[in-house]
Amino acid sequence: MPDWLRRLLAHPSGSVGCLLLAVALVLAVAGPSLAPFDPETFHPRRRFEGPGLEFWLGTDQFGRDLLSRLLHGARSTILFGVIATAIGTSLGAAVGLASGYAGGLIDEAVMRIMDALLAIPSLLFSLLIVTVLGGSTVNAVAAVAVTIAPGMARIARSVTLSVKSRDFVAAAVARGESHAFTMFREVLPNVAAAVVVEASIRVAFATMVGATLSYLGLGAQPPASDWGLLIAEARPHMLRNAWLVIGPGLGIATITIGFNLFGDALRDALNPRVGR
Amino acid sequence: MTLSYLVRRLGSIVVTMLLVSFVVFAITQILPGNAATMILGEFATAEAIENLSRQLGLDAPWYVQYLRWLGGVMSGDWGMSMTLSRPVLPEVLAALGRSGVLAGLSLAVVTAIAVPLGVWAAVRQGRPADMAIGGFSYLGISLPEFVTATLLLVFLVRPEIGIFPAGGYQPLAAGLGTFLIHLALPVTALAIVLTAHIVRQTRSEMVDVLQAEFVRTATLKGLPRRTVLFKHALRNALLPTVTVLALDVGYLIGGVLVVEDIFAYPGLGRLLMFAMQNRDLPMLQAGTLVMAAVYAMTNLASDLVYGVLDRRIQHA
Repeated sequence: MPDWLRRLLAHPSGSVGCLLLAVALVLAVAGPSLAPFDPETFHPRRRFEGPGLEFWLGTDQFGRDLLSRLLHGARSTILFGVIATAIGTSLGAAVGLASGYAGGLIDEAVMRIMDALLAIPSLLFSLLIVTVLGGSTVNAVAAVAVTIAPGMARIARSVTLSVKSRDFVAAAVARGESHAFTMFREVLPNVAAAVVVEASIRVAFATMVGATLSYLGLGAQPPASDWGLLIAEARPHMLRNAWLVIGPGLGIATITIGFNLFGDALRDALNPRVGR
Repeated sequence: MTLSYLVRRLGSIVVTMLLVSFVVFAITQILPGNAATMILGEFATAEAIENLSRQLGLDAPWYVQYLRWLGGVMSGDWGMSMTLSRPVLPEVLAALGRSGVLAGLSLAVVTAIAVPLGVWAAVRQGRPADMAIGGFSYLGISLPEFVTATLLLVFLVRPEIGIFPAGGYQPLAAGLGTFLIHLALPVTALAIVLTAHIVRQTRSEMVDVLQAEFVRTATLKGLPRRTVLFKHALRNALLPTVTVLALDVGYLIGGVLVVEDIFAYPGLGRLLMFAMQNRDLPMLQAGTLVMAAVYAMTNLASDLVYGVLDRRIQHA
């Protein structure tokens, strides 16, 4: 077991985070096949039931089984944050790496543009983009990825600047390596750790923004059962069956707590000097 | 802090705002359907649309349109709202004022609760109180505002309870009680996430500071515990918290969008959501620009406060 993984699991919050992420992984992979009912089958005589023996978490306004709907919506809810963060991080890291490596005026111009993008509060920025592109899961992923990228670019750039001045980079340049080689084989591996840690902390936030967008009707569309969408659909009926809000709400909280704990513990494990 | 530093910071804010205005303009230009189609409706003849487009100056190249819009913004003419048929600027400013009340009250509540809790957790490090506060703050940062807001509605706006209205806004003129009861739930929804953030920040800084030499010296001098904690330790621990608070204004603005929408609170967030749903371009541009400006100003303010609190920082 690598050293950082042992340190990660030794931390109580790290092990809880890993456990929650394992649960999330199982739900994302096997969720739909674990569902006891079809998520879209109506049980008209059993509407608005509370948790019970047959419908474990109760039923919604059409008598659909809430647990089955949650399990079917798990995959897209969980993957949303991961995919959006992955895309945004790669985009931002590429820009930051290239900008930092190029330096000079190019660097200055690119960073000013990143500053301008960072000056728009991220949820507002995502909303603007989805409004332009139209509400759908793919567009929502793109919108969140775009808001993640500028922050990542900044981090990748600042690490690139410090790595660039190290001797092994000068050595690569001196032995006549190409820019592409120096950038990707010498600089990038030393920038990657910082970027990955930062990304793991952003996943929770991206998941929350994704759920918010689908709550506002700008992400996944009915009859999908993304957890944000489930809460939006439950709103008119929330006084008749509060479980319709509590169930998906707890689901979202569990997933984001998992990502938050994992991200914090990973940062501590990889960099023992920062945080506690 | 020198005057030239202030001037330079203000200058860089102007540059950033110009870039933001460009980004916002570019995004809204991509929106399908132009203003003329929106005013005349889907069934207007092509000729009528073309005429109105020319009247509105929509046939000019994009950079001319941008400069024209920017010139208007500078001279106080922010255009007419397409859905409300009223000038945008007064609407945006009135809504901004109401959002300011909501956000300001939230920040005040957050600071009043989060800082003492953070100090308490740091003092009790590793004991049950610390664990409980830590657990709460993890839950707080992991619940999006729309979930907390909806849960508040579910549990506190039942007819049986009958204390809290489901939404809306009452001015202070309607009485302090009415004013506050309408703000209670939106403020709570906004405060939970931020409280969790600030508690964590304050705790982690306090834990650091409490191990510092000067705190030990103060304790060994026989100063009362309270003086050591609040006069010596907290003052130093609060410095980074100021920065985090300013960054949190970004989250707060996002939260304001969602919370105002849920509680039907007539602030800038709701106005923007309304503009997005109705594709009201002038309103959308104005609202976004104002929000970005608020965000930029808070960041500047936090840097300045930081400089005042920490005399070691010399802004050259």
